[in-house]
Formats: sequence, C-alpha cells, structure tokens
Amino acid sequence: MLQGKRITLLCGHYGSGKTNVALNLAYRLSEQEKKVAIADLDIVNPYFRTKDSSNILGEKGIRLICSEYANTNVDIPALPQDMYVITEDKSLDIIIDVGGDDRGALALGRIKQAIIDENNFNMLMVINCFRPLTQTPEDTIEVMAEIEAACGIKFTGLVNNSNLGNDTTANDILKSLNYANEISRITGLPVVLTAFNESLESEVKDKVPNPFPLKLQEKIF
Amino acid sequence: MADKVLMKGNEAIAESAIIAGCRHYFGYPITPQTEIAAYMAKRMPKIGGTFLQAESEIAAINMVYGVSSAGYRVMTSSSSPGISLKGEGLSYMAGSDLPALVVNVQRGGPGLGGIQPSQSDYFQATKGGAHGDFKMIVLAPSSVQEMAALTVKGFELADKYRMTAMILADGTMGQMMEPVELDFEVKPSPEKPWATNGTKMQRTHNIVNSLSLVPEELERLNFERFERYAIVERDEVMYEEYLMDDAEICIAAFGIAARVAKNAIVKAREKGIKVGMIRPITLWPFPKAPFKKAAEQVKHIISVELSMGQMIEDVKLASECKVPVTLCNRAGGMIPTPEQVLAHIEDIYSGGAK
Repeated sequence: MLQGKRITLLCGHYGSGKTNVALNLAYRLSEQEKKVAIADLDIVNPYFRTKDSSNILGEKGIRLICSEYANTNVDIPALPQDMYVITEDKSLDIIIDVGGDDRGALALGRIKQAIIDENNFNMLMVINCFRPLTQTPEDTIEVMAEIEAACGIKFTGLVNNSNLGNDTTANDILKSLNYANEISRITGLPVVLTAFNESLESEVKDKVPNPFPLKLQEKIF
Repeated sequence: MADKVLMKGNEAIAESAIIAGCRHYFGYPITPQTEIAAYMAKRMPKIGGTFLQAESEIAAINMVYGVSSAGYRVMTSSSSPGISLKGEGLSYMAGSDLPALVVNVQRGGPGLGGIQPSQSDYFQATKGGAHGDFKMIVLAPSSVQEMAALTVKGFELADKYRMTAMILADGTMGQMMEPVELDFEVKPSPEKPWATNGTKMQRTHNIVNSLSLVPEELERLNFERFERYAIVERDEVMYEEYLMDDAEICIAAFGIAARVAKNAIVKAREKGIKVGMIRPITLWPFPKAPFKKAAEQVKHIISVELSMGQMIEDVKLASECKVPVTLCNRAGGMIPTPEQVLAHIEDIYSGGAK
C-alpha cells in the first residue's frame, strides 16, 4: 500500500479529508504489528483535529504527535514540541497530517531536509473533486504546485478522496475517477489510493484503483 | 462540474454572498470565521469584486456603511469580540436605515474568551447589540445548506426593509463540512432611490446620516422605523417544527444546539417519551406564536443552548409562563451532547411531564 516507505506525508487543499485518510493509514499500519506514529502538523485549523481521535489511537498503541494546543482556546500556529521524533526515531512508521494548502505545508520546512536526505517517504496529495476550489484537474494541480513550492518536497502520488460527506454515493466515487486519472496523466503521479467510506466498500471495491475503505469519526450532531 | 459540492459553513456563506450579488467584502481575520475572508480573498479578484482586509473591525463596518450608502450589496463577517467592535457601526447603520449582511460565527466569551463554538451572543444580536432603539434581522442556520440559503435570504430581507441582517452561526457551523447545492433564485437588489450614487444633475442630492438634532424629528424617525419592524415581525418569522404533533415535552433550540437536540429526541422517542422541537430560524423576529401554541399542549419546555441561558427568556415570554421552562446548556466553548439532553428529558419525564 505504501511500498514500505517509513514516512508518509499527506497534503492537500483544506477540507480534502487529509485527517481521515491519515488516521486510517495509521490504523492499517498498526494492524501490521508496526510501531506507528501519527503527526498532526496542522498550524492553520484549530477545529476537527487528529486529537479528536486520541482515545482510539491510544487503544491501538499509535503514538500521537501533536501540538498541545490543538482543540484548545490557544489560537496560535504552534507545532508539536516532539516533532523531531519524526526524523530522529527511525524505528517508527510515521503518517504526517499536514495542514491545508501552501500555508499549512510551510510547517514542513523545519524537517524537510532530513526527510529528503533519508529518502524513505511518500508525499501524497489528497484530492476531492467535490470541494469548490479544487473541482477541476487544473485548479487542483495549481494547489499542488503551491504546496510543493511552500514545503520544498515533490509529490510522489495521489490519494483520490473525492466525497460529499454523508451524502456520498458509489456513483459519486466512480464519477471522480476521470478527474483523478486526468490529474495523474498531467502530473505523471500514480493514484496510490482511492478512499471511500467503508459502507460503500461492496459497491466500489472492484471498480476503483487501489481501494481504501475508511472508518470515519462519529459525529454527535 | 459537480451539482453538489462539499463545503465548510464559512465557505458556503462566502460563495452564497457572491451568488446574491455581493461584490464588496470588508473584514478582519478572527477564528472561527476566517475561511469567509480567505474565500473572499481568492474569489473576489476573479469576478471583479472587492476584497479588503481592513485595519480593524471598526474600519470594516464603516466601509460597509459607505458601500451600502452607495446602494450596493455589501457584507462583513467576524466572530464574537469582533462583532462587539462593530457595534458602533451597526447602530449608525440602523440610524441611517442602511441594508447590509453581517455574519457572526460565535465563539465563547465574554471578553477575548476562546475560539470554540458558542451561542452566547444571542442577547447582543436580538436585543439591538449597540446603543439606541434598533433591531437587526437575525437568522440562525442549522446546516451548511441553510447557511447558504439564509445568506441569500439575508441580503434580500436587508434590502427589502433597509435593515442589517445578521447570520448568527457558531464555530462548529462555520467549520463543519456538508454537501450543498447552490442553485438559488436571487431576487435582484430593489431600486434604491435614497442611495448616494450621483445625482447626474437630475435630482436633488441624497444624504445618508444618523445625526438628528431636533428631538421631535428624531422621535418621528424612531416611530417610523418601528412601524417597519412591526411588518418584519408580522411577515418574516421563520421556524421549523419537529415531531410536535403529539409532543408532551417541547425542546427549544437553534443552530448547532438543534442538531444535538434532534439526536436526543430520536433516542427519547425510542424510549416512548413524546418529545418534539421548535427550532427558531429567525431569532429576531422571534417565533412567538408556535411557542404560545405549544404551551397549550406540552407540559414542559426545555431550552437547549450553548450559553448560560439567553433565548430561554424569549421562550418564557412567548409561552407566557404557562408551563415550566428549564435550561439544558453548556457554555464557554463546550457543546451539549445528545446524552446530556436525553438525561434532561428523562429527568423531566420521570418528574411528572408524563
């Protein structure tokens, strides 16, 4: 799935679903008896964070690296104090949930060189054709270029996470395949995962490249 | 291009404002409404509009005053402390009978408070919110789709009555993502013969001003304004009733609280407790009639709020204290859970609402 790379970076337009994909990748890795950590490097958004899932991460023995200010009232762009674990502790498999857009990707600047030097990473762009500012391949590729420019790391693959929240149908996901393929064709990057709510698994699993069913966080409203 | 798109509440407000014909946005960033400004910053230059980050909230609201005076659809947005700063401008706009849309994506207070969601600006929004006798039309969306629809509606009502319309949302509503369809029929902006948009040497010049030094004249303006407010109260009330037909307990809740309450109602109904809900969509004008009617039917009303209890006062007035009204709340950025609301319902039920 991740070709044995130690570090997987997930970037994308904000609201593309990076956090849910990141959590599910971490869950999957932890089932393979690996020592897994998930790092939440979002410096932009104080709502709906990886930290919301800290209980389930704890149960699965997944280390959470995140700013102690996430989900609090401290509205500052803070990075986790233990973020150097990402590049220092090479016994860990790490999923990195990067903040949205180019501004979020700036946070990678500090550890970029170590990641490139180690050269054992996937840099994945999470795409969603149902988000208003990334509905076309062209708009999406523009956001990708902005992210690459901000963090100095080149993408190695795409995660097609096209969805309409709870209203997503199997047909919506099938409709998004052209969009993902077109981005893949223009950029030369492979679609390494096609993500969808696990409730749709039986309907789409055999029709999409590299299917990746997601367990989503429960909502109370 | 997909028919439906997945949007944050804040983005839905911004795009819907553009659909409604708004080409002028002035604001100052503050969590949790910053996506409105960020979205406008990206979109306005592409459609020939104006996005301007002002030096403060006070500056932004006065820019709104200026553009509205010239007759254009215009908006600003902020979150609780920022709305307080806009208070002076809101009063001046009311005194000048200027239409505009103002968005408040509320966070916990008072003071600088926090950045997590809240509904504790209800008093500020519905009772005037600044000095002088005035009202704003206050719209309380409960889904991202409704945030979009009420944004368009807000511009229309503001123009129709020459008032400020306010979207009163909260941090969760602003940040949550849901699918939306943005195919609105927009009523075009009406003729604005009062606008300061150039006489072309064909009429006498217009003056937009809230200063009135002759008390008899100022009194007359106030009486006239309140006649207009009475029409709004008569014609523009919006609310949703949910499972009220056989309800013995009524929940009053708006916005995010109504979504939590709905989940609690479903669970209570599974246990055989007949609970319904009245969800005000306009907080001013407040839906008095349905609460008055409910008070003849139910044994108890529960007001579910993300505040120390503000709307509950209007619920008590509207139900004329015929049945007990109790508060089920969280404050300071916390959200009640469906379990908390259900426990409150069960308490009331076992204590005699049966």
